[in-house]
Amino acid sequence: MTKVTMTVNGRSVAGDVEDRTLLVDFLRSNLGLTGTHVGCDTSQCGACVVHVDGRAVKSCTMLAVQASGADVTTIEGIGTPEALHPVQEAFRENHALQCGFCTPGMIMATVDLIKRKGTDLDEATVRHELDGNICRCTGYHNIVKAVLSAAEKMAGAKAAAE
Amino acid sequence: MYETTYHRPGSIAEAAAMLSKAADGKLLAGGQTLIPTMKQRLASPSDLVDIGGLAELQGITVGGGTVTIGAGTKHGEVAGSADVAAAIPALGALAEGIGDPHVRQMGTLGGSIANNDPAADYPAAVVGLGATVTTSKRTIAGDDFFTGMFETALDEGEIVTKVAFPVPAKAGYAKFPNPASRYAMVGVMVSKGTDGAVRVAVTGAGPCVFRVPAMEAALAANWSPAALDGIAVSAADLNADIHGSAEYRANLVTVMAKRAVAAAG
Repeated sequence: MTKVTMTVNGRSVAGDVEDRTLLVDFLRSNLGLTGTHVGCDTSQCGACVVHVDGRAVKSCTMLAVQASGADVTTIEGIGTPEALHPVQEAFRENHALQCGFCTPGMIMATVDLIKRKGTDLDEATVRHELDGNICRCTGYHNIVKAVLSAAEKMAGAKAAAE
Repeated sequence: MYETTYHRPGSIAEAAAMLSKAADGKLLAGGQTLIPTMKQRLASPSDLVDIGGLAELQGITVGGGTVTIGAGTKHGEVAGSADVAAAIPALGALAEGIGDPHVRQMGTLGGSIANNDPAADYPAAVVGLGATVTTSKRTIAGDDFFTGMFETALDEGEIVTKVAFPVPAKAGYAKFPNPASRYAMVGVMVSKGTDGAVRVAVTGAGPCVFRVPAMEAALAANWSPAALDGIAVSAADLNADIHGSAEYRANLVTVMAKRAVAAAG
């Protein structure tokens, strides 16, 4: 067993794990943060996307020991039930989910996308950037609408703040 | 996943020492191929030596007609680099098409070429641009680096440290991605060097990246997609699977080569 320490959603955490433990299993089983989902377990579906040191990664394709010392953000660290993150709000408004299983990964991927590419997005960019996230309910149409809507609102909020 | 022991070295020298002591050690860079392979129990290294965060493997430098990329540089960093986009836009475009955004934020150049998946993108860039691979022991010409399916010229314990891509006069990359995996069904990098030398490198179609001398000669005489009319590779040694027959891939090679020339302008 190896002791890992990391910051998760702003909180310092530690745990003893086998070296082969995946980051997603550490988050879910050791920390009880079950918002991060395991959809495929083969690095395809993106339901497990979290941010590690500011980069969106598939937590089923990273070992917990690899993330030792890192700053991790999960879906639980994005918004609250009372004050949703603008991306979460846009998914709700645009009916961008049905069963909701892929949604945590979609939200984390979208937050990362807007951080990297800015708020001036077009549909083709959004579809390309969602390559790593699979949804089996929506046909993606409303997800793309939600991402574009979130980007627009975040651009407006940024302009208002300036 | 079978049990393994994780190590995080502070330098390339320390990584090499850790690797040499391990019973069946493997280097872990971004892990975007190795970890899925371990999860499927198709690989079971006794030890993992994590070089993904080593500072001496990071970074992109452009100068002297060369783009030099550290082996630990992530695909997303190459794709997002304004310096790469200005010097060799085809290289940035190739990196932008690897896997998906999350894979690109973990996967590395060194990991990709050391693994030498027959359908990986970077081997086409290394051969198609005439790059030079530097390792912990020596430099290896791109043409000599890839030796067969998942096989390279690397010795046991030898670590890729950086790759130097000469800036060409023109280059273009076109890929027909497998719609599920985004790996190349066929990917073709074409380039014309500042000395006029033409390269056409094909990935995804065969067991290993290869050049197409007939296309190179035709493009040297006439740099245009039309110059490739009627020039096809033999399907005899190409890959065939549920996604496409060898003949289908042979046809795609010519189609992608033409698109790559068109993209290069």
